[in-house]
Amino acid sequence: MPEPFLELVDISKSYPGVVALDHVGLAVSPGEVIALIGENGAGKSTLMRVLGGVVEPSGGTIRVDGAERSALTVAEAIAAGIAFVHQELNLFDNLDVAGNVFIGREPVHGGPLRLIDRKALYARTQPLLDRLGTDFAPDALLADLSLAQRQLVEIMKALSLEARLVIMDEPTSSLTLSETDRLMRVIAGLKADGVSIIFITHRLNEVMQCADRAVVLRDGRMVGALTRAELSPAAMIRLMIGRDLKSLYVPPAAPPGEAVLDIVEAVTDTYPERPVSLSLRRGEILGLAGLVGSGRTELARVIFGVDPLRGGVIRLEGDPIRVASPRAAIDHGIYLIPEDRKGCGLLLDVSIAENISLPDLSSYLRFFLVNTAQETENARTQRERLNIRAPDVGTTVGSLSGGNQQKVVLAKWLSMRPKVLIFDEPTRGVDVGAKQEIYEMLRRLADAGVAILMISSDMEEVIGVSDRIAVMHEGAISGFLDRSQFSEHNVLQLAVGHAVEMRVP
Amino acid sequence: MNKKDLSLLVLILVVGAVVAFINPRFLYVGNLSNTLNQVGMFGIFSIAEAFVIIIGGIELSVGSVIALLGVIFIDLIVNHDVNWVIAVAAVIAGGLVIGLVHGALVTRMHIQPFVVTLCGLLIYRGAARYYTEDATAGFGFGASFPTLEWLTAGRTNVLGFPLPHSVIALVIVAGVAWVLLHRSVFGRYLYAVGKNEEAARYSGIRSERVMISAYVICGGLTAFAAILFAMYTRSISPAVHGSFYELYAIAAAVLGGCSLRGGEGSIIGVVLGTVLLQVLQNLVNLLGIPSSLNFAVMGAVILIGVLADQYLVQRRHHVSPAKGRGQTSVAAAPLERVKVE
Repeated sequence: MPEPFLELVDISKSYPGVVALDHVGLAVSPGEVIALIGENGAGKSTLMRVLGGVVEPSGGTIRVDGAERSALTVAEAIAAGIAFVHQELNLFDNLDVAGNVFIGREPVHGGPLRLIDRKALYARTQPLLDRLGTDFAPDALLADLSLAQRQLVEIMKALSLEARLVIMDEPTSSLTLSETDRLMRVIAGLKADGVSIIFITHRLNEVMQCADRAVVLRDGRMVGALTRAELSPAAMIRLMIGRDLKSLYVPPAAPPGEAVLDIVEAVTDTYPERPVSLSLRRGEILGLAGLVGSGRTELARVIFGVDPLRGGVIRLEGDPIRVASPRAAIDHGIYLIPEDRKGCGLLLDVSIAENISLPDLSSYLRFFLVNTAQETENARTQRERLNIRAPDVGTTVGSLSGGNQQKVVLAKWLSMRPKVLIFDEPTRGVDVGAKQEIYEMLRRLADAGVAILMISSDMEEVIGVSDRIAVMHEGAISGFLDRSQFSEHNVLQLAVGHAVEMRVP
Repeated sequence: MNKKDLSLLVLILVVGAVVAFINPRFLYVGNLSNTLNQVGMFGIFSIAEAFVIIIGGIELSVGSVIALLGVIFIDLIVNHDVNWVIAVAAVIAGGLVIGLVHGALVTRMHIQPFVVTLCGLLIYRGAARYYTEDATAGFGFGASFPTLEWLTAGRTNVLGFPLPHSVIALVIVAGVAWVLLHRSVFGRYLYAVGKNEEAARYSGIRSERVMISAYVICGGLTAFAAILFAMYTRSISPAVHGSFYELYAIAAAVLGGCSLRGGEGSIIGVVLGTVLLQVLQNLVNLLGIPSSLNFAVMGAVILIGVLADQYLVQRRHHVSPAKGRGQTSVAAAPLERVKVE
């Protein structure tokens, strides 16, 4: 194995109250494919941001070609040959392939006019296309390309910058099987050319397929490294979990009641071939686990009437209902606490009181006008009940912390009469204290007879809060787990599409 | 009255005082009454525009609608002997339909409001000219509608001051609009949709209906203004009548604190904005500034006003960051970034 050209030594990064990286080390040699794995929140992305010069580490050294420094700037990272292929691609829809690859570095002619030299632009793009064996032309419009093809454009951009290390953040999460295969071949080709690759993924079979070694992060620490010979899904899962779960679980006051919401063969736009069936029971918290992009949010949007139901039936307390809009869902007592709190959940520059009353303004009427006294009073009640920390209910929501914002979203629905509550990542961006309060509120709601669906990518949360877990994989439910079968191992197995041997761990 | 409205009022008083000082004719009863009459008519369609701007849209066809509905109104009562009450109802219905069409095109067909209403601007202007064969539509010699004229273009003596009825109309319209926007459920919905349509939808607001209603209200009020203008000018040459009025409306709304991004603005502000624009118009006449510079003066004052406002907002943020939302969210931000991973 040749000498590493890039070494991270003892890298730490802490934010107020959180240690994101704890003395992590990583060395990259030319032509090496390293898989970086770990659960959501393990610190993978932070580590890669340190490499890209976006995040300055609080401790440790970075050695590039023997030169030591404490942090990289973005320019230094690019100069060192480090390139990113982002999960959300940074490309311009309205430009063609060549224009995207050489954005900001276009060959020019015409002297002071600085006209774009199209001929040179295409001539310089073509060899990159040939190298990746692509099936599109340099002048193809980006908007006409598939996601997989766009990813190749990003890789070409990296190559045109003479990248020695290409970092790919979950590159296959939205690819089909054959597209994934092609990407694997591209990675093999790059490796043969001496380009190194760091590959962040949740898909363990891809790691098996292409990685020279795997590095496992957990809670900001490097917990293990597996050589090619040691690689196996079981070994990886063991390293990824390997921690004691804090016992958060509070059992329900009574065993779950009858089904409140039945979803029968529901079909969404995203996965038209994969119908989903599940039922939510009175007083039960059903955790919905799965990898990002497995179709959980899409299912929630269909139940809440944001997206159309393309097939199947939704039954509320036995009667089929039609949920054509969020208004219809709300009128039926089905409420959603969305994942994108700032975009969909709240009006940020509006007061707490007005946010809370928004879905139910008609019950604050006095002669057709909004009774602000009643509105304020109700908001104060909710602030007490949910312990929303704000000077006053007239405070604008945008100035609150993530946890308190989430409580305001919750307060909107608790002022009404929920039958079904759907939480999409209820504690994302929420600090630890507020998290605990939200969990307690979930349990209290369930005990009060509400059926709860909790979508979560946080393993500790799914296992610690749910009474039952459904796991989704590529748009379909890959299995249900009862409390006796709860384990990170089982959830992960189902999430990557493997069956679970029904053993009690 | 919020801070922004107050500073606008101060600006109006200062400009007024300067004009009065240079040319005392500004304060003559006749001049004030005429200026107020303009404020009344312009104010009504500026409020109309504000409804659409608050939901994050724009309405560019105001001037053309005033021309088209104006010639139709005159034609109905002069040439077709339609009872004026029915004619008023028909014209207002026409305005409502125009608003409904615009709203439907924007929400159902997902065409940008700028494009929809720009097409409206061209279509209605052309239709108005075709309708009269490019001739001036007016009341014939001796034609007389005393009640209608008194109602729309008349003046009533209030403590010796001839108060134009258009101002009374504006006060009523503004009062209703104020209650609607600032106190009613529908007003809350308008602002919510303008601020964040997605979040409004997730809160169960039927945002498409709210948006269409805003265009319908705008169309109806514009039609009302069209009648006032028709009765005031008594003759309409369809090629120029009402042209650029949409820009007066947008200017008044922006001066009055409306953001073109939607979700902001107050009715008092819009009325004050209209007052300022008309005082400026008057200033050009009274100070002997060539009337060709009319628009330039208006544009310059709006620009200075917006710049000053921006400057004050930034200063406020600099002086007391603790008061704004700055501090808390800065402290919360790094935490959040970690969690997202």
